[in-house]
Amino acid sequence: MVEEILKDLQQQFKEEILEIGEFRTQKFLVVKKDRIKDILRWLKENWSFNHLQDLFGVDFLGKIPRFAVVYQLYSLPNKVQLRIKALIDEEDLTIDSVVDLWPVANWLERECYDMFGIIFKGHPDLKRIYMPEDWKGYPLRKDFPVKGEGLWDGVKDLIR
Amino acid sequence: MKGYVLEQIEPSKFVLQMGPHHPATHGVLKLFLELEGERVARCRPEVGYLHRGIEKLAETKTYPQVVPLTDRLDYIASMINNVGYCVAVERLLGIEPPPRAKFLRTMVCELSRISNHLLWLATHALDIGAMTVFLYCFREREQILWFLEEICGARLTFSYPRIGGVRIDVEEKTLEKIDRFIDGFFQKIDEYEGLLTENRIWIARTRGVGVINPEDAIAYGLTGPSLRGSGINYDVRKHFPYDAYSEVDFEVPVGKHGDTYDRYLCRVQEMRQSAKIVKQCIQKMPEGSILAENAIELDLPPSGKKKLHPEGWSTGAFISFLKEKEPLLPEGEIYSAVEGAKGELGFFIISDGSGRPYRVRIRVPSFIHISAIPKLAEGQFLADVVAIIGTLDIVMGEADK
Repeated sequence: MVEEILKDLQQQFKEEILEIGEFRTQKFLVVKKDRIKDILRWLKENWSFNHLQDLFGVDFLGKIPRFAVVYQLYSLPNKVQLRIKALIDEEDLTIDSVVDLWPVANWLERECYDMFGIIFKGHPDLKRIYMPEDWKGYPLRKDFPVKGEGLWDGVKDLIR
Repeated sequence: MKGYVLEQIEPSKFVLQMGPHHPATHGVLKLFLELEGERVARCRPEVGYLHRGIEKLAETKTYPQVVPLTDRLDYIASMINNVGYCVAVERLLGIEPPPRAKFLRTMVCELSRISNHLLWLATHALDIGAMTVFLYCFREREQILWFLEEICGARLTFSYPRIGGVRIDVEEKTLEKIDRFIDGFFQKIDEYEGLLTENRIWIARTRGVGVINPEDAIAYGLTGPSLRGSGINYDVRKHFPYDAYSEVDFEVPVGKHGDTYDRYLCRVQEMRQSAKIVKQCIQKMPEGSILAENAIELDLPPSGKKKLHPEGWSTGAFISFLKEKEPLLPEGEIYSAVEGAKGELGFFIISDGSGRPYRVRIRVPSFIHISAIPKLAEGQFLADVVAIIGTLDIVMGEADK
């Protein structure tokens, strides 16, 4: 099944696909970010990938492009799993939001923005979710120190 | 006489902040509620009070050292988190645990699931107003915690499984005790059901509350019993079998209406199925080793009454595997999910070949369930918000990571 999907996908979005890989029987696809929403919508409508298992960012510090947003898809009727990775360059940290395809992406994209600073275009309410709203920096980036960069400004208000 | 006409008054919106310290929010969850009279017009949950950055911390630790971190996610059933992480790393490294370890893990996972569902039932019923159930449930939960303590020495943060197997073998007499407990447990579930299932007040408070249809339930990312209450048969134990789940026989209870009452029935039925699995595990428990031969080595404290090496403490080399110079790991990435007590618990791990994970991503069901609260709560009564928080079975340690 997954081979058929990949073949079909290659015909539809030939220009967009950069790499098709496999590790421990899990297939993944590396794509350009420009038409990511079209690809995902096409997958959802034609191959009924109705369950967005996960959406998150990864920081490959030192590589170009630096960031990736990973979409882990699962089709409940067909029992097929597929992972799509969209690469994002440090110069242009934007990608299309998929909230209107899967509402679950709402908070997952907010988390991704909070942790990596990736901006999702078309998101209804893009703001920080775990960190305080006036927090500086993006904690899950590889160049963010584990112990943080000094005290958070808001802590002064708390202890005063 | 033209008097005062009530209909002309615009109902003003009233903003209520529920939490972060509210007994019914099960931790530090804050809800901004806009009320029109007693109806919820708008609901906006806010999380992050318990954020500890477990994903960031995991990048600085070695693979075995991440196991205790996963305990701190869903602390009500932390055994399942440990197993979930270990299964993910095993799939990444290509390690296959021996059969006895698989059955032991399956057994402790299901015991944890029962204890989680008991705590859920206790607090959910308490929130709605049924006090007695709380005491009944804690009676059995305490016994399960005793068993888990006997197995691994801890009651809350177990860290019992390890990559490639389990930490300690279980004695035969403990298995017999668990077997006897399970025999009587089915009758205990009947007791809880006797208190609630046909209770008129319980039905009035739960039926038709927080309804979500199957399509929306999938789209909003609900998993676990919360999804199955809407009639979708999706269980990670059946769809992606791990450990010994392919060798035991169990059913997946599914609801019909997608309301709080059906989710309650699903979880109660799931306790019966879990008890069935525990019983089968004890019956089929194979003999043999509890650790795969190619598992990552750990320096564990010596067993018995032998004293620890005096330098063992000071060097802090308590759990120091670390032959990082050897290229022991393949490069690659894997997404591996297990059926957590709340829903689908997924681990995504990227390995760059060093001894530490490059990226650990944890897909936590509670976080996603909280994001679905507005969908369930808007248009409902304020008093039902408490039932809706309860029915989704959230724990903030997991949601905030």
